[in-house]
Amino acid sequence: MTQDNNAVGKPLSRLEGKAKVTGEAAYAGDYQVPNLLYGYVVNSTITKGKIVSIDVSDAKSYNGVIAIFTHENRPDYASLDLKHADMDAPPGKVFKPLQNGDIKFHGQPIALVVATDFETARYASTLVKIKYEEQPFETDLEKNLGRAREPKKGLATALKPPPPKPKGDFEKAYEQSPFKVSTEFIHGTEHHNPIELFATTVVYEGDGKLTIYDKTQGTVNNQVYVANVFGLHYKDVRVLAPYVGGAFGSGLRPQYQLFLCAMAALELKRNVRLTLERKQMFSFSHRPQAHQILKFSADKEGMVTGLSHAAIGETSLYEDNIEIVSSWSNRLYPAENTHFEYKLVPLCLHSPIDMRAPGGSTGMHAIECTMDELAFKLNVDPLEFRLRNYAEMDPESEKPFTSKALRECYIKGAEKFGWHQRNPIPGSMSKGNKLIGYGMASGIWDAYQFPARVEASISSQGKLLISNATTDIGTGTLTVMTQIAADEFGLSIQDVSFVYGDSKQPFSMFQGGSAITASTGVAIVVAAKALKKKLIKKVKALANSPFHVFQDDAIVFRGGKMMVKHEPSVSISLEEIIVANKGRAIKTTNMGKPHLLKLRKYSKATHSAAFVEVEIDRELKTINVTRAVTAVAAGKIINPKTARSQILGSMVWSLSKALREETILDSTLGKYMNPNLAEYHIPVHADVHDFDVVFVEEKDELINELGVKGVGEIGLIAMPAAITNAIFHATGKRIYKLPIHFDELLKDRIA
Amino acid sequence: MPRIQLNVNKRMYELEISPWVSLLDALRDRLNLTGTKKGCDHGQCGACTILCDGKRILSCMTLAIMKNGAEVVTIEGVSEGQKLHPLQQAFIDHDAFQCGYCTPGQICSAIGMLAEGKAKTREEVKDLMSGNLCRCGANIGIIDAIMEIHGGLSHE
Ligand code: FES
Ligand code: FES
Repeated sequence: MTQDNNAVGKPLSRLEGKAKVTGEAAYAGDYQVPNLLYGYVVNSTITKGKIVSIDVSDAKSYNGVIAIFTHENRPDYASLDLKHADMDAPPGKVFKPLQNGDIKFHGQPIALVVATDFETARYASTLVKIKYEEQPFETDLEKNLGRAREPKKGLATALKPPPPKPKGDFEKAYEQSPFKVSTEFIHGTEHHNPIELFATTVVYEGDGKLTIYDKTQGTVNNQVYVANVFGLHYKDVRVLAPYVGGAFGSGLRPQYQLFLCAMAALELKRNVRLTLERKQMFSFSHRPQAHQILKFSADKEGMVTGLSHAAIGETSLYEDNIEIVSSWSNRLYPAENTHFEYKLVPLCLHSPIDMRAPGGSTGMHAIECTMDELAFKLNVDPLEFRLRNYAEMDPESEKPFTSKALRECYIKGAEKFGWHQRNPIPGSMSKGNKLIGYGMASGIWDAYQFPARVEASISSQGKLLISNATTDIGTGTLTVMTQIAADEFGLSIQDVSFVYGDSKQPFSMFQGGSAITASTGVAIVVAAKALKKKLIKKVKALANSPFHVFQDDAIVFRGGKMMVKHEPSVSISLEEIIVANKGRAIKTTNMGKPHLLKLRKYSKATHSAAFVEVEIDRELKTINVTRAVTAVAAGKIINPKTARSQILGSMVWSLSKALREETILDSTLGKYMNPNLAEYHIPVHADVHDFDVVFVEEKDELINELGVKGVGEIGLIAMPAAITNAIFHATGKRIYKLPIHFDELLKDRIA
Repeated sequence: MPRIQLNVNKRMYELEISPWVSLLDALRDRLNLTGTKKGCDHGQCGACTILCDGKRILSCMTLAIMKNGAEVVTIEGVSEGQKLHPLQQAFIDHDAFQCGYCTPGQICSAIGMLAEGKAKTREEVKDLMSGNLCRCGANIGIIDAIMEIHGGLSHE
């Protein structure tokens, strides 16, 4: 590092900030396109069965309606399942919109109305008359636990391996342990609900060419999907998503509005926009229901002796969506006897899709509440209990971690929060009419890195240009990547441009799993290094170059110049290099990938610790999260400002998960009853109080070139359990179902 | 079709518009002012908040024809040319957004809220801003940004 390399680690404000506060930032449904047609989707009002007839005649003849697509008149598309399977498709048979008259879930898209304006399309959709033949269905996980089975295996299994094999003899150890706890947790459905509605604007470029503005977390994923499904050359499909109004996992897979909009544009040879309504946002992705049974035991020294965790999740009738729910305790607490299970129940619902901290936020809530209960039985402080059972090595793989600063998270978090002021007796702390509770919990998430390609070039103006197809869904990706590139080249932020959100740029996986900073970031480092090499070679080859007597490693880049480290007078500016190159840009494209061989000897994970204070009204039992601290160990933090926002956002999600959000399923009707933002509660400003974030120092020279691990999910892993544990501490009551409603606390009051 | 006149961001527009078009869709689809966002179309999220005759309103809950002759300010009209409104700058400084989708509504709502002059404390600001949802959870940054301006006002 030279003294110019100082962008990384700085709390830089988002580079796209101005575009976002002035309304300039254009999202998928905002693009101004000439002669635009508007679509509106008709969704199934039954849960399972068949369409007997679909009469579009009235709708079709309504003034302004251009076309109506149903399973009866839709254009041909690829029939092979494989062609519809996107990069994130779980094992099974992918859902194909308008394939036939079969209904697999409530809200399934069954027709698309295309009209000259939105209002006409919406009105005409009400004129489509559908007759159904209904069949019996099951949608409630709790009523179908008996049907749980092993998940199917497939490509996705590589990222989401099945639970680890058992160790020792769990039943015996549990039987013989002096301290034990058995718990059962129920988690209902949640919906991602980004504030931006899913939308696609397709520009028909003629000749089977499409330019698509789409709401997605994966431009390349959706490009390849559209090309495969409609038999286009992938080079003729360009998917752009420079601004994405939140997605939280819902944009990991191509959604039906993309399919329908592209189909209509190709068939009508027109530009088409399709924006879903809020209620339709409940018809294509959700966090699955889960049922978990845990049994943890400890000896009298407070060491964990046995861990058993069985989870049952929900999936659709057509795909096996897998989450990692029940494996996490095995990576946090060393125990000699373990047993883990994960099963699925197929139900008449659309496939779940990963939702922020998928599996982890569900499983760790159960694990960390069970640990709290065990600590209470042992009469040990919950934090002390974690410290006693601290895993120096990964108990699962029995390998060392590339880095693990969880202990620092515990210590720094507790200090900042004031954990030592906690009186261990439940219900013992109060303030006026309010009971006070303190709760804590640990968090763990994987540290993923995908292969990514980056093009790096010096433009004819001597500026650095970096490009990659990734999106920035609000994570700060644009800013962070610019910082990384600037430092690699010793340039100021103003002299670097990052081009992204475009499938035409070099390959990126979808933006998920907290992996993009490591994936694209590392590729930037690799490409920048290669570009520097290339520049050095070019300069050395120039006639009379003063550089050719120096070794490559004596040459550095800083302040827009290439120079000799110890003889800065020997220098040439980037602009001069380009002039010498006859004004042509110099570029290189390189791949960044995880060092699998080296990493095979290690385990890798991010960690966190959450501390929460709740205030609960003595009589009314209303619950308020008044304070919270989350301490995070996630390797190097490239931008503390945007990273803090990521964690704060996850803390608001934690509050939401523990106390607010739930999709209410009526299993008699087989449908979600609150598909709107008035009844699907998320925290409002008045709910969010004193939240704080601590990033602990975690140097990791093994994990990747940057030492980064990602911060998208880790903030949502620990805090829901910390809230639940704080509620116990305040009231003496354990609640095993999220979200926790205050009436649960009214049921039997403690004296 | 009814004809209406709208003054939007100090510019006069004449519109021929069906009665069923919301002010939000009129702005977005007819006037190409897409800075104002649709998050629910049902008055539940606040993303569509604009200023109409100086007051914050939900443009999705308003039919365009009801506002004939009104003076509308949308997010595109908040700054003075290239010069950002102090609240816009405060939003950038406090990282008061992530995806940015709720941001136009938050900013317009906050300008309206500050003009109402009812909120005196941080808690009151939070209450009176609670009609504007942020799914990214940028709540703390948003309120910090507003408080910076609120403080500035009350000290004048
Ligand atoms: S779009 Fe108007 S309140 Fe949500
Ligand atoms: S910044 Fe994304 S919804 Fe508020």
